[in-house]
Amino acid sequence: MYDFNYHKPGSVDDAIKALRKASDGKFVAGGMTMLPTMKHRLASPSDVIDLGGIKELLGITVKGDTITIGAMTTHAAVAASKDVQRLLPALAKLAGNIGDPAVRNRGTIGGSIANNDPAADYPAAVIALGATINTSKGEIDGDEFFTGMFETALAEDELIISVSFTKPKAAAYMKFENPASRYAIVGVFLAKTNDGVRIGITGATPCAHRGMRLEEALNKEFSTAAVDKVIMPVDKMNADIHASAEYRAHLVKVMTQRAVEACK
Amino acid sequence: MPTVKMKVNGKPVTAEVEARTLLVQFLRENLRLTGTHVGCDTSQCGACVVHVNGKSVKACSMLAVMAEGCEVTTIEGLATGNTLHPMQQAFMDNHGLQCGFCTPGMVMTALDIVNRNGNELDEATVRKELEGNICRCTGYHNIVKSVRAGAKAMGSKP
Repeated sequence: MYDFNYHKPGSVDDAIKALRKASDGKFVAGGMTMLPTMKHRLASPSDVIDLGGIKELLGITVKGDTITIGAMTTHAAVAASKDVQRLLPALAKLAGNIGDPAVRNRGTIGGSIANNDPAADYPAAVIALGATINTSKGEIDGDEFFTGMFETALAEDELIISVSFTKPKAAAYMKFENPASRYAIVGVFLAKTNDGVRIGITGATPCAHRGMRLEEALNKEFSTAAVDKVIMPVDKMNADIHASAEYRAHLVKVMTQRAVEACK
Repeated sequence: MPTVKMKVNGKPVTAEVEARTLLVQFLRENLRLTGTHVGCDTSQCGACVVHVNGKSVKACSMLAVMAEGCEVTTIEGLATGNTLHPMQQAFMDNHGLQCGFCTPGMVMTALDIVNRNGNELDEATVRKELEGNICRCTGYHNIVKSVRAGAKAMGSKP
């Protein structure tokens, strides 16, 4: 990778100041995507601002039925958290199946969401659970956060502080994973909420999104048979060496059915 | 150039490094601790696993400057004099390697598995936990055996 100026600020304010001063600065969280990207020279920032020294981005807090996870909380910490296991076991399980143990010790929820990889796990949960992304500029609704492949509603100098989830009535995440990378070929997060069934789909298309057709069917009748009848459009699906568009469309329904079974 | 300070295998080290220096490069090229290997360099294979503050990380996907103030343990930090660590001994006793390239990462990951899951490990747990470490020789069978035996031996250490 090309060399860069390295900064390790101790506060959110200092991190944003450092980014604004840089000609082409980038925040780095755990670095699990950023560093490989820089090695491939797909990114060559002038300044790297390491968020690893900012205490206010760490930790998990519970207030009633809402659980708030600091942006720099690692996947391993989310998976091992007694609070997450109690209020949102599906999220703990999701976090515990990202990558591998060493990756989970570095990778963070904030980094994963800000990067918005089309096959990342967290975006499906953020969408299905209607999470709130708390940032240095305010709050962003989970439904509006993911705007395109590797693109989000974050401004250039906006930093994720934490993500807040509300406990659903029931939830499950089902992932058909790539056996080498553990990325989702298709991942479906289903949540039964006060507003009905909500579904977040990742891996299937260039950007995680809500499964509106599936939601509609399941809100009428919560059964695997109802999912069978849904017609999944194939034309928007990703197609690559791992799975064709048709196969992904099929997997979305199968993963949804498994999630339905788990939520019964 | 930034200065980085950390403790490696109990010894304090300080060095000036380019910001882009990876932790694994720092260990191998600055400190000459070449037991930590670079396999894929893309965080898939696990040959570069070391412990940072007691947790397994892939040293090819962390900058040396990110380990500022941390305690790093590499494969060189496990044995006591000529006595191998029980996990290293278990790999030897169970023939848990052929070419040996992946072994340092396997042993470091194995210790992390024991730290989180205890000394009595079933085969399924070990296989799942080893998903971030790739071996192209053994077919994993003897590695799994070694990890289980090593875990047990660590539990019965006097």
